Amino acid sequence: MSKYSTQEMVLNMGPHHPSTHGVLRFILQTDGEMMVKATPDIGFLHRGIEKIAERVTWQGFMPYTDRIDYVASVNCNLGYAVAVERLAGVAVPEKAEYLRVIAAELSRIASHFIGFGALLLDLGAVTPFVHALRERETFNDLIEMLCGARLTHNYVRIGGVAQDLPPGFAEKCRAFVDHLEYEFVEEFNELISFNTILINRLANVGVISAETANDYTLTGPNLRASGVAFDLRKDESYSIYDRFDFDIPVGRGKYGTLGDSYDRYFIRIEEVVQSCRIIRQALDRLPQDGEIRTKLPKLFTVPAGEIYVRTECPRGELGFYVISDGKKNPFRIKIRTGSFSSMTIIEHISQGVMVADLVAIIGSLDVVAPEIDR
Amino acid sequence: MYSAADQIYKNIEPALSGYGVPDMVITLLAYAVPCGAVIGIVSMIAGMLTYLERKISADIQNRVGPNRVGPWGLLQFPVDGVKLLLKEDIIPDAADKKLFKLAPYLVYSSTVLASLVIPFGGSFVVADLNIGLIFIIVVSSLLVVGFLMSGWASNNKWALLGGIRSAAQIISYEIPTALSLLTVVLIAGTFSLQEIVMAQGPWPWQWFLFHNPFTVVAFIIFFISGLAEMNRTPFDFPEAESELVSGYNVEYSGMRFALFFAAEFSSIFITAALAAAVFLGGGNIGRDPYASGLGWQLVMVAVFFAKAAPLCLLTIWVRWTLPRLRIDQMMAMCWKYFVPISFACLVLTAAWMLLFDGNGIFWRMAKL
Repeated sequence: MSKYSTQEMVLNMGPHHPSTHGVLRFILQTDGEMMVKATPDIGFLHRGIEKIAERVTWQGFMPYTDRIDYVASVNCNLGYAVAVERLAGVAVPEKAEYLRVIAAELSRIASHFIGFGALLLDLGAVTPFVHALRERETFNDLIEMLCGARLTHNYVRIGGVAQDLPPGFAEKCRAFVDHLEYEFVEEFNELISFNTILINRLANVGVISAETANDYTLTGPNLRASGVAFDLRKDESYSIYDRFDFDIPVGRGKYGTLGDSYDRYFIRIEEVVQSCRIIRQALDRLPQDGEIRTKLPKLFTVPAGEIYVRTECPRGELGFYVISDGKKNPFRIKIRTGSFSSMTIIEHISQGVMVADLVAIIGSLDVVAPEIDR
Repeated sequence: MYSAADQIYKNIEPALSGYGVPDMVITLLAYAVPCGAVIGIVSMIAGMLTYLERKISADIQNRVGPNRVGPWGLLQFPVDGVKLLLKEDIIPDAADKKLFKLAPYLVYSSTVLASLVIPFGGSFVVADLNIGLIFIIVVSSLLVVGFLMSGWASNNKWALLGGIRSAAQIISYEIPTALSLLTVVLIAGTFSLQEIVMAQGPWPWQWFLFHNPFTVVAFIIFFISGLAEMNRTPFDFPEAESELVSGYNVEYSGMRFALFFAAEFSSIFITAALAAAVFLGGGNIGRDPYASGLGWQLVMVAVFFAKAAPLCLLTIWVRWTLPRLRIDQMMAMCWKYFVPISFACLVLTAAWMLLFDGNGIFWRMAKL
């Protein structure tokens, strides 16, 4: 033993650390730059959304679903609407289904922009993040045309959607997805995705094997990055996703190991392209006429029963476990989110990495704090 | 060689010694004027660079940038300076107050000291030391002391990590910087920056950059190591805002923070100026600076800044394009690649000098 004693340093990362994406807190035990352990501490954004659900009407809960994951609120709206519709047996008009898909996929694109953009920001690349947000601005304009809001969209209704397509939306939306698929992705990849420094930072960092991913119930892009081609839009299709032709991108371990941070980063860019394909097909087949919402009774009640419906959110599986006792408000709603399971794995894969790698791991898992705490 | 201080001394010495002013006071006076001028100029340039950085990054990122204060927002940086001066000066209770106060001055003084030997073209150099290059390398190492001091004195773990990182980084990158500068010393045979500039010519094939293939490599290594020494992306570890919140300066506010900031931007200019003087011929327009009139000397200054400015812009451009390396990758890059390559450059340049009798690759053309 040397005569100097060394001890591990306990670092408090968050809840107001720049790269904890909202208000997360990690208690780091570090030995200099090397990390021994990162213990997550959650709950800073708990708003009691599940309890609120028991106090508001069935439709009244819809705006609260926006706040589950405010980066992809249409997807959360959709998950709740699908669950209630299945339990109550409400039919959805054809046109409304297409509008839902368009809005949800646009929302997925916007969410992935935030996802990989924030990861790049955490790695010190400010410009690509701003370029991603520039494209997201077009999405904000589009969704504002559609439903009047730029952040908490509240677009989906039980039995349909809130508004029909405004004039000019289809053309603008088509130009947007064409720009993304044919111009932006290529430019963005040249700027940053194939940059040697970025590859060095992400490849072989935070490797999650397929078994580990399953053990920790990872879902969504994080699971697919580990090589598991599982996408609820295809495997357990809801809404009208079975009518569209799209691929499920999976991780390939292009520059390192299968399931490393680079795979989790790049799969999101590939998913943006797939979402563009879905939107284009949906715009092509969108019926010109027809209802956008099923007429529901003024006092809408759901017959007693329970159901679990899971949908594919940008951050993984969004599950709604809904129990109804036949009254005008839900008896109990339990929400299962993708970020929560992504959060649990951080402690496992961050052992023995550097502090800078922890930032990359959190960013690559695309953890969003409101989804964890709800 | 003569410097601005020498010339002032010559002019004021006869007048003042008549009044019985001691020689030491006259010497101090002679040096105080150009020192003050250079500190002012470098601070001004640092301020302009903050404006340029914001404007260029805005252009790169499809933003507008500062445009409210003055024409095109040009007065933004003095306004920022005034704002920082008026801010509350916060010293944490748990900080080591003396060291905490001392650290920013150490950091700032190291960059200011380095600017004293920079030849701005013509006879505009405060002190043409015969160990100029060594002096610059030594005083820029003072930065480490300041960073480490601020990191330790803040009594903040993030700041401490930032301070340790900067110590590791700056000390490591001193070596390739010094070795790549030494290749030029081999050719010029002097450490004096003014003489190095005068040993080159006005045309690109007379610059030391194109003296032989190894000086080109040395220049590239010098520039990249320079980025590391001034803590710029992709080597901005000491203040990596997304990892260490803000690193060594996280507890600083007001004018103390501004001093760190000014030091960072001054060192951008000083590194660019050093590269321009040592590798790109500085303000050399093929005339003897001491025999030329003021008009020619100002042309030399313009030439010097025309060479230094693109390097400053390149530094800013790099920052807004690249992500950050990881600290172990940065160290591996230095010790595994830069140190051996710069050492090889030094040895190979020595061999070149021996083989070709000290002539550069374009020596025939230079004789035309």
